[in-house]
Amino acid sequence: MGAPAARFSPAGGLATAMRWLSRSRKKYGMEWWIMIAGVLVIALVVTMTVFPHLFTGYDPSDQNAGGQMKAPSADHIMGTDNLSRDVWARMVYGARTILGVAIAAALVSALVGIPLGLLSGFAGGLFDRVLSLIMDSVYSFPGLILAIAFAAMLGPGVINITLAVAVVYIPTYFRLVRGQTLSIKEEVYVEAARAIGARRGTILGRYVFPNVIATVVVVLSLNIADAILTEAALSYIGLGLPAGLPDWGMDLSMGKKFLPSGVWWMITFPGLMIMLLALGFTMLGEGLAEILNPRLLER
Amino acid sequence: MRSSEKTILEVQDLSIAYPISIGVVRAVEGVSFTLDDGEALGLVGESGCGKSTLGLSILKLQRPPGRVTGGRIMYRGTDILGMNDRGLLRMRGQKIAMIFQNPLTSLNPLFTVEKHFLETIHFHDQSMPRDKAIAAVGKMLETLGIERKLLKEYPHQLSGGMRQRIMIGLALIMNPDIIIADEPTTSLDVIVEAGFTELLLELRRVYKLSIILITHNLGLVAEIADRIAVMYAGRLMEVASTEEIFARPLHPYTQGLIACVPNIQADQKELVTMPGSPPDLVEPPPGCRFAPRCPKVMPICRQQTPPLLDHAPGHSAACWLYGERPASAGLETTAAARPTGAVGGEG
Repeated sequence: MGAPAARFSPAGGLATAMRWLSRSRKKYGMEWWIMIAGVLVIALVVTMTVFPHLFTGYDPSDQNAGGQMKAPSADHIMGTDNLSRDVWARMVYGARTILGVAIAAALVSALVGIPLGLLSGFAGGLFDRVLSLIMDSVYSFPGLILAIAFAAMLGPGVINITLAVAVVYIPTYFRLVRGQTLSIKEEVYVEAARAIGARRGTILGRYVFPNVIATVVVVLSLNIADAILTEAALSYIGLGLPAGLPDWGMDLSMGKKFLPSGVWWMITFPGLMIMLLALGFTMLGEGLAEILNPRLLER
Repeated sequence: MRSSEKTILEVQDLSIAYPISIGVVRAVEGVSFTLDDGEALGLVGESGCGKSTLGLSILKLQRPPGRVTGGRIMYRGTDILGMNDRGLLRMRGQKIAMIFQNPLTSLNPLFTVEKHFLETIHFHDQSMPRDKAIAAVGKMLETLGIERKLLKEYPHQLSGGMRQRIMIGLALIMNPDIIIADEPTTSLDVIVEAGFTELLLELRRVYKLSIILITHNLGLVAEIADRIAVMYAGRLMEVASTEEIFARPLHPYTQGLIACVPNIQADQKELVTMPGSPPDLVEPPPGCRFAPRCPKVMPICRQQTPPLLDHAPGHSAACWLYGERPASAGLETTAAARPTGAVGGEG
């Protein structure tokens, strides 16, 4: 499943891919495989969100899928839940919610945090002091507590839960980008550019920003992994998402109730899926960090 | 101060201070000098004496929290320190350009050589068509002796000497009058340094440049500079032509500096060093700042700051040894006493 690339000239394509992989392996070693594994997991889940019908014939909200709380079988590989719905179908269709919210939240916090960090680090002075103070106080809250507070304040809805998760991670980007900006603006090449007549805007846009952004890519991936867990936690405790939308976190909390009666599949599979997806993004991030900038991890 | 029509840059009584938590660092105090059109001035002194701060401040680039606390910097009659941002941007690169100590880090790692040049041209002339700009870059590369194929290379692919050549090219592409070179050869090895010196002299001739060379390398300054200004702990100690400085140094500090240069002919077992270290610039000693290390110190040196006076035509020193009269020691001069004012009392 999920290997459409092999359709044209399968043997030749495979050989090329293997050659490329072994060359890359020599070049980068372990971290390369970590990244590949992460990418494969992510690719699988992304394919699920785009073509769910390729993975399951069942509808996630079909309450006549095949009996209540049936254990995994050939018909229902992950069993059925208390409302007779197919658990695998719920996993496949639920991927869309958690992936969408996590990615959107990470992007929103990057889009807010990066410009603020750049400006704050570059401008300095009172502006920087005040903004850093605000960001540090946000950062000092445990992420989940903050997300719960915001989710409760904003009320239910996919957009609101995205914002609640995004708020948690804005300081991460802000602090990273501000720190990088502070160090890069002291670089000799920035001073040299000023000495030959570059404007402040040019320096920020052409000299500081491109040199800062490389580190952000790595953090973005690790950040999505974290956002996945936060989203799952929020919907697990029942904050945020509208009822009826298939979601791993909600299924997890539903399954919890039936675990004492021996229905292990309702809680195990959502938990595994959440873990797998978060792991995928973590591996991608760690691999990228090693490959893009080996010095990053030494700091 | 000799200020004439040939004067292109005149620094008058300049003081720069860095307010820090434990007080105010007086990095530069009461410095005055002139630079003639086409002249090369060497600014010499040990690390931390304020020479780099002075160089940066000429383009109003001193690092925060550094502040100019007094004085003027006149470029062809206009005060650079009084300019607005627009004026400064025109100044930097077009009239006065600067090259820095470390060519390894003074190029943007994400720009190719060509992009560095095109960007620099774009800072100053947005309307220049791309092909014209590229032609200008090609001509510059030829002058610098750099192969055209390097245009597409990134800084990390180039050697230190190449990068320093490109830095000079960037500084010269807008055809400025003055180049301020801050320790341009520090990170280069001797062979590359020799090539660089040759290039700088050649460029100076071609572009009719005035140069301010900031360095602690007396050999380099002897090769390039017409005149030398010796700086110590933020003040000018002595200013004279290069020959005069080496042949008849007046100030004990200058004498000490020259004595420290290893002599390849003498049978030297040990390096000559100057005892002591430069003073704390937050609370500098009263009087002459060199007094605590001076082998010829007199009581007055610890009480009053000696003014920078002409002791021979074109040879001034700030030292009480020579009194307020023309110096006699080692100088057969008839120049009239010209108390042109204390360092800091002129302008």
